[in-house]
This record gives sequence, C-alpha cells and structure tokens, in this order.
Amino acid sequence: MDARIKIRNTKSILFKSLIIFLAFIITLPLIIVLLYIIKMGVVQVNWGFLVHAPTPEGVAGGGIANALIGSLIMVGMSAIVAIPVGLSAGIYLSENPGTRLAYYSGLCVDILQGVPSIVVGIVIYFWIVKPFGFSAISGSIALAIMMLPIVVRSTEQTLLLLPASLKEAALSLGVPYHRVMLKVIVPCGFAGILSGIILSIARIIGETAPLLFTALGNVYISTKVTGPMDSLPHLIYIDAKSSYQDQIDQAWGASFILLMFVLILNITTKLITRKWNIQL
Amino acid sequence: MEHTVVSATKFNAWFGDNHVVKDVSISIERNQCVAVMGPSGCGKTTFLRCINRMHELIPGATAKGSLKLYADEVYSMNPIYVRYKIGMVFQRPNPFPNLSIYDNVIAGYKLNGLSMPKAELDRIVEKSLTSAALWNEVKDSLHKKGTFLSGGQQQRLCIARAIAMEPEVILFDEPTSALDPISTASVEQLFHELKENYTLIIVTHNMQQAARVSDKTAFFYVGELVEFDDTKQMFTAPKDTRTQNYITGRFS
Amino acid sequence: MSEKNKRLDLSYSQMKWETVFRRILIVMSSIMVLLVIGTLITLIVKSWPTIKSLGIGYLWGKVWDPVSDVYGARPFLMGTLLTSFTALIISIPFSYSVAIYLGEYNTKGWLSNLLKNTVELIAAVPSIIYGFWALFVLVPQVRKLETLLHMPAVGVGAFAASLVLAVMIIPYAASLGTSLIRMVPSPLKEGAYALGATRFEVIRSVILPFTRSGLFAGILLSLGRALGETMAVTILIGNTSAIGNTFKDVFFGPGNTMASVIANEFSEADHDLYYSALIELGLVLFFVTVIINLIGKRIITKYTNK
Repeated sequence: MDARIKIRNTKSILFKSLIIFLAFIITLPLIIVLLYIIKMGVVQVNWGFLVHAPTPEGVAGGGIANALIGSLIMVGMSAIVAIPVGLSAGIYLSENPGTRLAYYSGLCVDILQGVPSIVVGIVIYFWIVKPFGFSAISGSIALAIMMLPIVVRSTEQTLLLLPASLKEAALSLGVPYHRVMLKVIVPCGFAGILSGIILSIARIIGETAPLLFTALGNVYISTKVTGPMDSLPHLIYIDAKSSYQDQIDQAWGASFILLMFVLILNITTKLITRKWNIQL
Repeated sequence: MEHTVVSATKFNAWFGDNHVVKDVSISIERNQCVAVMGPSGCGKTTFLRCINRMHELIPGATAKGSLKLYADEVYSMNPIYVRYKIGMVFQRPNPFPNLSIYDNVIAGYKLNGLSMPKAELDRIVEKSLTSAALWNEVKDSLHKKGTFLSGGQQQRLCIARAIAMEPEVILFDEPTSALDPISTASVEQLFHELKENYTLIIVTHNMQQAARVSDKTAFFYVGELVEFDDTKQMFTAPKDTRTQNYITGRFS
Repeated sequence: MSEKNKRLDLSYSQMKWETVFRRILIVMSSIMVLLVIGTLITLIVKSWPTIKSLGIGYLWGKVWDPVSDVYGARPFLMGTLLTSFTALIISIPFSYSVAIYLGEYNTKGWLSNLLKNTVELIAAVPSIIYGFWALFVLVPQVRKLETLLHMPAVGVGAFAASLVLAVMIIPYAASLGTSLIRMVPSPLKEGAYALGATRFEVIRSVILPFTRSGLFAGILLSLGRALGETMAVTILIGNTSAIGNTFKDVFFGPGNTMASVIANEFSEADHDLYYSALIELGLVLFFVTVIINLIGKRIITKYTNK
C-alpha cells in the first residue's frame, strides 16, 4: 500500500516539474528575441536615424524617418476612423443584445477578427487602390478594419459590466438616451474602452501584410496621404530581404523602435486597467 | 393649485403578455406621503415606474389607461419632461461614481445641458443637500467624489439629486431596503420634512416603515389595487380580507 | 415659469438628437456586416476566372507556373498545412503547460502574473519582427543542422517557419486554457482529493476531461492564427512554388504557403488569370480561417454559458 502511494506521489511531483519546466521555458525564446533586437537595434538609433530618409543602397547614413512618420500618420488615421465606428457598434451590441442586428453584427465582428491580414489587404486593394491609386488612406482603412473587432468587443464587454442602476439613475433625471450613453455610461467605462483602443493600436502598428498592396511604401519622407507611404513594419520587411549590410542594420534599428512602441503601448494598457478599474 | 397630483384611472401595464398591473384607479393629493405595499410580484414597483415612464424602457413593456400628473396625461407628454417633474430614488443608492458630490446633485441640469449661472447652481446644491439632511456632512468635500460616503449618505445624496430638479412628485422604490437601521432611520426622518414641499410615493416591503412615515397606504395584490386608505385605518381595521391577511403575516 | 418653458423647449429638441443617435448606432453596427459581405463578394468575384476555368482541380494541381498560365495550388496547400500543423503540434505541450500552471498550480501572485504577462507579450510582438530575427539568427542554425543531416543547407523552409510559428501561437491556446481551467468548480476537485487523489491525478481525471472541449477550442484558435499568419512565414519559407520529392525536401527545403505566395506575387501579377488564381487562394484562406475561428468561438460560448 505504502509503496503504491509513494509511486503515485512521485508521479505527481514529476508531472508538476514537467509542467513548470515547459511553461517557463517558453519565456526563453521571447527573451532571446527581445534582447537580440535590443542589442542589434539600439546601436543603430541616433537622432539622424530618426529624422532622415533612407539613403540609396550601399550609401551610408540615412534613417527611417519616412517609415516612422508614415506609421504614425497611418495609425493615427486608422484610429480616427476605427474609434467612432467601433465605439458605436460596441455601444449598440451592449445595449441591444437580443436583436437580429446585434446577432449578425457580433458574428461579423468575430469573423473580421479571424480574417488573415493579407486578405484584408487584397480586398482594400480592389475597393480603394484600383480606383484611386496606392495611398496611405487605403492603408489606414485596411488597418482600421483590423482595429475594429478589438475596439468593438472591448467596448461591448466594458459596458456590459457596468451596473444597470447607473443608466436608470440618469434616465430618471430626464436625461435623454444619447446623453446618458455619452455623458454617463461611456465615461464610466472609460478605462476599459481606452485599454481596448490602445491594444488595437499596438496590434496594427506592427502589421505589414495589409499595407503591402495599399500604402505600398515610399523611400521619401512623405506626408501626402493620398500617395504611397512607408511604415515601420514594411521597411523592416523590405530591408530584411536586402543584400546590403547597411539596410539590414537599418532593419535592426527599425525593429528596435517598433518593439519599443509595442512594449510601451502594452505596458500603458496594463497600467490603465490596474489603476482605473479599482474605482468602479 | 389643484389638490390631486397623481391620478390613475383603470390603468394597466404588461411585460409582454404578462398582465402585471390590472385596472388600477387611485388618486393622490398634494403633500401627501403615500406608501405602496404588497407581496413580491404584486405590481407595486411596476406601477410606480409607470408614473415617471421608466416602465417603458424595458423591451416589451406596455401600458394602457389614464395616468395623470395634475390635469395632463403622463403618456401624452414628452417623457423627458415627465421625468423632470417626477423624480425617482432607487433601492440601491446609485450616485454617479465619476462625478463629484457637487456635480451629482446638479447632475440633472449638467447632463441635460441646462446651463445656469454658477451662483444659481451653488444655491441649488446647498438647498437640495440641506433638504436631504446632508449639507453639514459634506459641505467641505463638495468637490470630492462621493465614494467615501456611507450607504445612508449616498442615498440622501440621491434624494438631493432628485430634489435639485424641483419636481412635483418624488417616487421611492424601496429606498431603505439596502440600508442599515441607522441610515434607514435618517432617511425616514427625511420623509416627514420632504412632505411639506413635495408629494411622496414610497414603495416599501416594510410594513412598519409604511406605518411610521405615510399618511395613506395603498395595498396591491396580484396586480390589483385592493385597498387605499388612511394608514392608521388600514393597519387597525383593514376593509379587505386580503389586506388583513397580509398585515397579519399570513403571507408576505 | 420661464424655467419651465425653457425646460419644455429643451426636452423637445433632445428627442430629435436621441433618434439621430440611435440611428448612428445602427448604421455603425451594420458596417460590420457590410464589411464581411463586401469582402466575401469581392473575393468571389475577383477569383471567378479561375474558379470557372479551373474548377476544383485547381486546388489539387501540382504545378504553379504563371508564365505559362498554369496554376495549381497544391504546393501552397501543402505548405500551409505543413507549417500550421507542425507549429500546432509543437506548441500544444507548451500552451497546455502554461494553462495548467496558471490555471491550477499557481493562479495568483507575482510569479503567476509574471508568466501571464510574458505569455501575453509573446502575442504582442509583431510577426515581422519574429520573422526578421529568425531569418538572421534561427536560419543559420538550421543551416548547420541541415549540413549535419547531409541535406542542402538552405535554412529557409517549412521547418524554420514552423518553429517560429509555434512560438507565436502559444499565447492563444494558453490564455484560453488558463481561463477554462480556472473555471473548473472547486467541489469537483475537492471530491477527488477527498478520495485520496494526488494533484496529478486530479488534473488528469477531473480538470482535463472537464475542460476538454474548451481546450480543443483553444487549439482551433491557435490553428486559425497559424493558418492566417503571413509575414513571419513569408520571410522564412523560401518562396519556392514547387513540391520537393521526399518529405525531407518538403520539410527542410524552401516552399511556399497560400499567404506567402499572395504576399510575394500579388504585386507582380500582370494578367487576370494570375490575379484570379492568387485571389482564389485568399478566398480559400478566408473560408478556412473563418470557419475554424467560428467553431472555436462557438465552443467557448457554449462552455462559458454551461
């Protein structure tokens, strides 16, 4: 009896060790990747790197300003489009859960979340690039489509968690529905909604595929949104395939910058949820 | 000024097909404090919520019949205006967590975009908080958020918020059931004072409370208004056996 | 009295805005539906030429030669399935371990939060960065391995792509699995403990069976993510649209996936049939990833409502 129990206990301990080992070992690839990028990339970054456009292949100097500015502009435009649309849809879904539109809309949000980013790029190519040409606007719209599911779902879930008494109190004071939503409910859910928005931005800032055939890329610093524009991930992609060392170095630097953006955005989200969620 | 503030004539309400309020006719006079009681599911809360047209906000909820505020049909008026004139205090205190105490009191104005000079708003805040017996406790922390207030204080804040709109009638939906006895006592004390300026209709599960604070009591049973009489009369010599059974505790 | 009139006027104008607001909400929600329908229609219409002329045989065709207008998607189907399923198989032990650790062994505390945040960080890193890093760090190592195995030392191919993909998809099954395992009701576990079960036995005979379909849904979500992943795979897969002869060639040699061939050749496509062939791949990708994701989500909602 005793021996059998001993064996079972040993098995249990071995299992636990195995689980802990496997669980923690996956942090290794991440740490390796992060450290490598930081090591290779941080040496590339100086003021010139950030404000100059890339120089022709083989010529030293140059920077990633075209991609940096491009990313900021396109992400900004995506957010301007995706936030109102996503917020509104999220409000609708949380307020009208039983309706047919809520069902199909929610279904389509789930579908959009699963669509591969390259497919989004193709579709926008036909909708906007074919008639109007390659442009930062088309890239932004592709990115906005990728932002939408995250914004909609996080808005919906945040609002569903708010107590119903909040809405009732406002309505009983004679406040009309739109003001109740916009001046009471949404502000009370601000933390959750904001973190959803920041997460979606962190997601699209690193997206390349939707931009391949929409915003294309541009070796010059451009702010013209109706023309092609480069972006950080796209620059990394093109440089990675290059045979020139300084372009590869440039890619390391750009990767470092992109990584920093993503890390800062994610950490900000965590801080927001921790700080503001306690209040409600 | 007329004497009858709220009057219902053969008023009915449904949740979908569920007939919850049946042919209720009642007449409530100015500056009265009316308690509405009855067992769970008797329609008293539903009827209350019809008066300020909160009932219709639930999908599938309908109502029919005459329900008047003074001489005007409530259901023909703009619902927003109805809610300006008829305020409501809920079972769980629900001050707005993202607004300060000051902003909570004038929330009815602020959220509606009714702009008023600051002096006027200050006056309203002080008057409402005083009427709600809360002024002295919060006058030095008006611009803090109300989360540090106790349950009873929060409920009085909600009362102040309702009073700030200068309504004719204030509806109370089991206002002290979520409060401890001391807070309950402070709120009940308020009813006596509020009666002088407003008409109060209080739905309550607590018979002793009805006996303590109200002038008249309405007894609802399975959707019907069974009896409506002076409180003293109702509790000592009720006319209907159903009322009698409820009061003596045969069912609750 | 003018106060009353002021309020009366205001309340009437508010009603108009209320209707406008409600309409806007409805329109915005409808946009989601329109986007999906529009996507589907665009994909079908633009791939119609090859659907019509090549039919189902297209998906099975072995040869991809745009110059001679010969199109066959088998190399890409194989590439996609090979990389995705290999990545999935590699990632499962790790995802499950994270889920079991965070869901059962250590649900609270600083170490638990550290692991949870780290795993979420894995998902946050853009795929292009994984691909770029792997190209310069992993691929040379794979080349060394291939030399050892007496194979052409290309480095790029399904093997390298699968490794990177495996790491990238771990967070999806892991976070879902964690939530599910945490939801296992305590009475169930306590019953087993009371009978003298060890921790391992409780996990094996109570927790895992209870969460079985949910964990499966997690696998589906990871799979959906793997199938749709473009950039990391594109950089690492080697961009060769032919099928190797032996399994070793296919696995370790350069290849292509549906997503990577679109990424690489879409901008070079110059005539309708070429475009259409590529877009049909997009259509297939669309259907497959959407269906897998919806099934996964359906299982989860059934689970959380149980």
